[in-house]
Amino acid sequence: MKILVPVKRVVDANIKVRVKADGTGVETQNVKMSMNPFCEIAVEQAIRLKEAGKATEIIAVSCGVAQSQETLRTALAMGADRGILVETDVALEPLAIAKLLKAVVEKEQPGLVILGKQAIDNDCNQTGQMLSALLGWSQGTFISKLELGDGTADVTREIDGGLEVIKIKLPAIVTVDLRLNEPRYASLPNIMKAKKKPIETLKPDALGVDVNPRVVTLKVVEPPKRNAGVKVPDVKTLIEKLRNEAKVI
Amino acid sequence: MSVLVLAEHDNKEIKPSTLNTVTAAAKLGGDVVLLVAGSGCADAGAAAAKIKGVSKVLVADSPAYAHHLAENVAPLVVGLASNYSHVLAPASTYGKNIMPRVAALLDVGQVSDISGIESPDTFVRPIYAGNAMATVQSKDKIKVVTVRSTSFDAAPAEGGSAPVENAAAGNDTGLTQFLRLESQKSERPELTTARIVISGGRGMQAGDNFKMLEAIADKLNAAVGASRAAVDAGFVPNDYQVGQTGKIVAPELYIAVGISGAIQHLAGMKDSKVIVAINKDEEAPIFQVADYGLVADLFKALPELTEELSK
Repeated sequence: MKILVPVKRVVDANIKVRVKADGTGVETQNVKMSMNPFCEIAVEQAIRLKEAGKATEIIAVSCGVAQSQETLRTALAMGADRGILVETDVALEPLAIAKLLKAVVEKEQPGLVILGKQAIDNDCNQTGQMLSALLGWSQGTFISKLELGDGTADVTREIDGGLEVIKIKLPAIVTVDLRLNEPRYASLPNIMKAKKKPIETLKPDALGVDVNPRVVTLKVVEPPKRNAGVKVPDVKTLIEKLRNEAKVI
Repeated sequence: MSVLVLAEHDNKEIKPSTLNTVTAAAKLGGDVVLLVAGSGCADAGAAAAKIKGVSKVLVADSPAYAHHLAENVAPLVVGLASNYSHVLAPASTYGKNIMPRVAALLDVGQVSDISGIESPDTFVRPIYAGNAMATVQSKDKIKVVTVRSTSFDAAPAEGGSAPVENAAAGNDTGLTQFLRLESQKSERPELTTARIVISGGRGMQAGDNFKMLEAIADKLNAAVGASRAAVDAGFVPNDYQVGQTGKIVAPELYIAVGISGAIQHLAGMKDSKVIVAINKDEEAPIFQVADYGLVADLFKALPELTEELSK
């Protein structure tokens, strides 16, 4: 079974983003970019399935600017076999990405697509579900456990009230949550090897997908600032303040 | 113009997140129609009819909707959507699971997790873990939107008397099968709706030490939460997690214990009315957002807090 793992290039999780002065977005020039942390978990899961003999090939795919190649190289260094870049300078929305991925899925025929549950830049949490809908496949979202069966998979979903276990029919889409695994670091030899692994570049036009935005960003601003309050010397004072000043207990 | 709201419920009761979503829907103007899709969900339908501001309730009752599987519920919503200008749902794991599937089947974009409404097609939503607020405009004919519950007041659960109609239920797609729910029953209030939340971070050092927070939570009728660091360390289950990738809370009082205040945690709690931080590191970023900061060893402060609250 082939596994497809879409990965996204985002501002590194450790960078504190700054809103651009002209209010058009956040500063991404000269800022460290990395693979979205949830995508790393997705790549790791695919590699573990291959190591367990349950997957034959892992294809990493990224949609976006040319530099997304670097993100694909990271996936290849972790252990993916080859990469596909769907290259465009258009700022892609989840629906457009889902359509591009659908075209790639139809070409590659994977048995499972593993995605991160959300990207830490736009926090949309949409792409996996949309891709699943477009393909008419089953979906297991926000999963913390994946057990492959015969033509099915049992997945444990992290939901608001706890954990839900469902059986999904393969081929399927799963989106991963934090506790599924701990992604590995790529070793130096593997980083070197990854440079020789193939990356194919495709264009949205060639895939017949219209990627024009449906939701336009009018402006981006800083959130209202919350000011620091006071330090209290001890527990007694704290309780007194909460009771009499803030009146919340 | 009318707005379809996908109600989150457990077949018996309507979840509080639905009430906040009704308020958001009412802000858009026009009729607010609540869709209750479930199995044996007449009670939930009746409760939905009492919510103030709701014009009509549609009940789709079928075993296929018993566990809110997205593969089954999404086609139902899609079938109804053409009569509406907007389809809304809470941005809970319930709404997040189903709504993008609805949007894709309608061939429209989705606006996720809105915290404000500027006009019927223009919304405000947090991006980058709430470090920036984007104002976005949807160009699609039908707007598919999920709503951040903490940003909208709850509509009154009583006072309405909307008519209840049955909606034709669809078939089970058979793509997905519910197996079981593994959740811990708690007597404490739910994290996202509790008036007071007390959360622990890495500083708690072990899962067992969360008992100290639970003791305080029981005195204050509070919910217990945790930072991602505490969840990652295995102290508590993931459904305790408050933050960008966990739950968004905005209680009257939020008490952060042994939490340094990483950006991704702040994203989940900084809209709380009053924030208390207890941390032994006086440089911890959490103090920059706390109304009341106590620089102290939590293992000393927590027993004192329990004792003082008993007085």
